[in-house]
Amino acid sequence: MKQTKTTELLIGMLIAAGFAALFVLAMKVSNLSSFSAADSYGITARFDNIGGLKVRSPVVAGGVLVGRISSIDYDNQRFEAVVVMKIDQAYDQFPDDTVASIYTSGLLGEQYVALDPGGSYELLADGSEIEFTTSALVLEKLVGKFLLNSAEGDSP
Amino acid sequence: MLEWIRGLGRSGFGFFQTLGRSNLFLLKILVGIPAVLARPRLLVAQLFSVGVLSLPIIVVSGVFVGMVLALQGYNTLVDFGAEESLGVVVALSIVRELGPVVTGLLFAGRAGSALTAEIGLMKATEQLAGMEMMAVDPIHRVIAPRFLAGFISMPLLAAIFSAVGIYGGYFVGVGLLGVDEGAYWSQMQSKVDLYDDVYNGVIKSVVFGFVVTWIAVFEGYDTVPTSEGVSRSTTRTVVFSAFAVLGLDFVLTALMFGD
Repeated sequence: MKQTKTTELLIGMLIAAGFAALFVLAMKVSNLSSFSAADSYGITARFDNIGGLKVRSPVVAGGVLVGRISSIDYDNQRFEAVVVMKIDQAYDQFPDDTVASIYTSGLLGEQYVALDPGGSYELLADGSEIEFTTSALVLEKLVGKFLLNSAEGDSP
Repeated sequence: MLEWIRGLGRSGFGFFQTLGRSNLFLLKILVGIPAVLARPRLLVAQLFSVGVLSLPIIVVSGVFVGMVLALQGYNTLVDFGAEESLGVVVALSIVRELGPVVTGLLFAGRAGSALTAEIGLMKATEQLAGMEMMAVDPIHRVIAPRFLAGFISMPLLAAIFSAVGIYGGYFVGVGLLGVDEGAYWSQMQSKVDLYDDVYNGVIKSVVFGFVVTWIAVFEGYDTVPTSEGVSRSTTRTVVFSAFAVLGLDFVLTALMFGD
C-alpha cells in the first residue's frame, strides 16, 4: 500500500510538472502575457508604403508597447495600405491628430508603428482613423535618391 | 530473376499484412480504452513506469540541449551583434522542433523499447495466452493501459523538456555568456506565438506519443515468441519509432509552418 502511495505521488508530480511546464511555455515564453487582444480598441491608418510591416508587429508610443497590428489590407481604390492596429484599452487618451509613423528598430530589425500624440482635444476612439501618417523608409529609394543627388553634384 | 520478383512481392505482401494487422490492433486498443478507465489502477502502474521513470533522462537532456543551443547560438549571433536574440533562437528551436522530436526519440528509446520487451516476453512465456484461457482479454488488461500511459506521458514529458531546455539556455546565455536578462525573455515573448509555436509543438508531441506507443505495443504483441524475436522486435521499435518521429515531424512542420 505504501508503494502505491509513493507511485501515485510521483505520477501526480509528473502530471503537475507537465502542466506547470505548459503554463511556463504559455505565460513566460510566448506572447500571451505581453498583450491580450481582449481589452483593446482598433484604429485604422493609411500608408503609402508599409515596408516590412507585418500583422502582430508592435505599436509603440514614446517607446512603450501599447498595441499590435491586427490586420493589413490594400485599398484598391485609393492605392494605399490600410493598417488596423489594436491598442490596449489602458491607453485610450490619444488625440485624433496623432501621427503614425513606420520605423525600423535597429539597422536590420523589424518594423513597427510609432504613435506621436498631437495636441487636439478630440480623442481617438474605436474604429477611428489616423489622418497623419509617415510611410516606411525604403532603403533602396534612399540609396537611389542619394546617388541621384551626388550625380547632380558632380556634373557642373 | 523470377525468384527475385517473387521475393519482392512476398516482402511487399508481408509489409501490407503487418500494416493491416497493426491497424486492426490499434482499433482493438481504442475499443479497450474504456475498460482501462474502469480500472484506473492498471493505468497508474503504467504511468509510473512509462512516465515518471522517463523523467530523469528527459530533464537532463532538456537542460543540456538548451545549454548547447545557447552556446552555439551565441557564437553565431555575436558576429552580427545580435546576441539579444538568443532567447528567440533557443525558444523557437526548442518549442517548435527539438522539444517534441528529441523527447519522441528519447521516449522511444527509454519507454518504447521497455514496453516492447515486456509485452514480447509476456507473449514468449505464454502469459498472454494464459490470460486468454482465463477469459481475460490481454488487450484490455495489458496493452491498452500501456498505450494510454504512453499517450498521456509523452506530451507532458515534451512540455517539461521544452521548459527545462529554455531555462538551460537561460543559464548559459544569461549566466555564463552575459546576455542581457531582460532581452532574453522579452525578445522571446515578442517572437514566440502561443498558437503558432507552443500549441503546434504540443500537437506534435501528442502525435509522436501516439505513434511511438502504438509502434512499441504493436511490435511487442506481434513479436515472434522467441528470445531472438523479442530482441528483434525491441530493435525494430526503436528504429521504426525514430523513422516515424522524424518523418512525421517533417510532414507536420510542412503543414503547420508551411505557409
